[in-house]
Amino acid sequence: MTNIFSFEVLSGVLRTMIALSTPFLFAALGETFSQLSGVVNLGVDGIMLLAGFFAFYAVLLTGNVWLGLLLAMFIGLLMGLIMSLVSVTLKAQQGISGIGLQIFGLGMSSLLFKVLVGTVKTVSGFAPIKIPLLGDIPFFGPILFRNNFLVYAAFLLVPVSWWILEKTTLGLKIKAVGQNPAAADSVGINVNRIRYFSVCLGAILAGVAGAALSISVANLFQDNLTAGQGFIAVALVYFGGWSPIGVLGGALLFSFATSAQLWLQVLGIQVPASLAVMLPYILTIIVLTISVNRGKQPAALNKQFFRGEN
Amino acid sequence: MRIRLPRTTSTDHEHGKGDWFEFMLRTSFPFLGVFAALFISAFVLLLLKTNPIVAYGAMLQGAFGSINGLSQSLVKATPLLLVGLGVCIAFKASVINVGGEGQIILGSIAGTWMALTFPDLPKVVLIPACMTAGFLAGAFWGFIPGMLKARFKVNEILSTIMMNSIALQLLNFLLQGPMMDPEGIKAGTFLAQSARLPESAWLARLVPRTMLHSGVYVALAFAVAVYIFLWRTTIGYQIRAVGLNPQASHYSGINVPFNQMLSLTLAGGLSGLAGVIEVMGVHRRILEGLTGGYGFTGIVAALLGSLHPLGVVPASVLFGGLLVGANTMQRAVQIPSALINAILGLIVLFVSGSALWIHQIIKKRKTATMVVSPTKETQA
Repeated sequence: MTNIFSFEVLSGVLRTMIALSTPFLFAALGETFSQLSGVVNLGVDGIMLLAGFFAFYAVLLTGNVWLGLLLAMFIGLLMGLIMSLVSVTLKAQQGISGIGLQIFGLGMSSLLFKVLVGTVKTVSGFAPIKIPLLGDIPFFGPILFRNNFLVYAAFLLVPVSWWILEKTTLGLKIKAVGQNPAAADSVGINVNRIRYFSVCLGAILAGVAGAALSISVANLFQDNLTAGQGFIAVALVYFGGWSPIGVLGGALLFSFATSAQLWLQVLGIQVPASLAVMLPYILTIIVLTISVNRGKQPAALNKQFFRGEN
Repeated sequence: MRIRLPRTTSTDHEHGKGDWFEFMLRTSFPFLGVFAALFISAFVLLLLKTNPIVAYGAMLQGAFGSINGLSQSLVKATPLLLVGLGVCIAFKASVINVGGEGQIILGSIAGTWMALTFPDLPKVVLIPACMTAGFLAGAFWGFIPGMLKARFKVNEILSTIMMNSIALQLLNFLLQGPMMDPEGIKAGTFLAQSARLPESAWLARLVPRTMLHSGVYVALAFAVAVYIFLWRTTIGYQIRAVGLNPQASHYSGINVPFNQMLSLTLAGGLSGLAGVIEVMGVHRRILEGLTGGYGFTGIVAALLGSLHPLGVVPASVLFGGLLVGANTMQRAVQIPSALINAILGLIVLFVSGSALWIHQIIKKRKTATMVVSPTKETQA
């Protein structure tokens, strides 16, 4: 048996971890924007599924990954508009409308997949780009600097999100709307517009997350491809304390757990597969339990805003 | 901060307060959502080069067009009703139970275990014992997220979804190991299913050559029981009070977290009961894919039934029919039954999106009929 503590295995685990963290990062960073503006979008999983399917289908037909990515973003935007319309304009209870969006995405992606594709097929997704010099660093090079465009973009999105939220007026407005919509309204911020923007931005990123899954990580599509990863991404926002840096930590932790579990199976270590698959979900519950009560939650999270009545 | 009644719990039917217009609006509107969802899906069908009228016709015919179809629809309505009743209880306390799938699995595991462990018990003892075991196991699976919400304010939607995934893996583990059918191991088929239940644990079949079983009576009895529980008992009153106005409930001495935990536990119990009844009535063993999405469809049934225990009865029959009809449609026009999930999702979006709007119409109408109303209703 291979020594599980060898450099090769560790490098493999970390490479898989980086790849698996991409969908988590896009979805959870997007959800951070949405939640900071006060809207919990529980439809992330459904958006990932439908957008992931369209990205896959576009690549299957044309072979153009960029077209796939663009289509995924467009689907994300459309579903974000539906979510905003129902939750912001019509002021639905966000938990319910999010579940509706999830069921819709699950059903529609499964329907289209079965009618248009039928069987599981693979596509060639985003190709790895080796960064000159850095990619040649022993051990770290292959892990960090020989990834594809989406992986680099996901990690770049962490500081970018942080910058938007902490250093720009837009970020300030988003957080103001999530903390105290009435106060934000009274100083002339259009609460609904900011919430539309944040939810749609989050949904577009969820679309990218779906594409990352179907044309970057797995390079295939199947029924319920996400297996609840969208919900884990929502949980990561709580874990990350509504900060992009925290979300990064959570995404790495989860993808490390998943990656380690996959490698255990590859190495033939005897753990019943179903019990190993259970771990990330148990981890999510534990993480939610220890991270919710830190008082960082946006005050108006999950609350509808009624103008002039609060 | 001023205490304000939550706007979106607009589905509470208080006795004496509602009038006919309000009742009709609240009950009929969700069904308009069904038509809207079917209408939108018709365009998807057209894009997929299928005639929606033919597809929906096949669906209707399959669901309600024959004794066989009708029986099958009622078979599917049974778990939907039980899960939906649980969702109602939880929703009355402002808790959303998305954990139906996992609770069904736990209930079916416990019930199967009970029947296989005590096969020699007489029918009158074994069947109630199995149902109790299923209820308790499902309740336990609802209690965990309930307790986490009460104690640590963990978002119950996320935790119940995670509990679903955990239960699914637990079932896979059991069916591929400890609970695998010894017959299958002997025959070398290794099917992921348990041994067949002893005959003393089978629910009676009601219509010859169909699966319709006596569990449907149990579900109906629980619909009445849940109605009585919510509107005629103190605990039921407290649960509703918590949902209507948590702050006011807290100040009047009601333990809000406890009631939310209790409602989620009861919801889990009802879903667990759905699971064990599905095992005893339909499959007579536990197998993969047993939940059939009932945990999610039950939520939609509850919403469509205006979150009222008696409203869930027709709603679950409708959705039971949709599920059966979807299979007929799949055979007739080769459109995968996954279409139903897309329709269900649209219904949820429609119903949740229109809740406030209906509430405002009713409010406006009430204010208009009031002769003098100097104070704003929101200050009550």
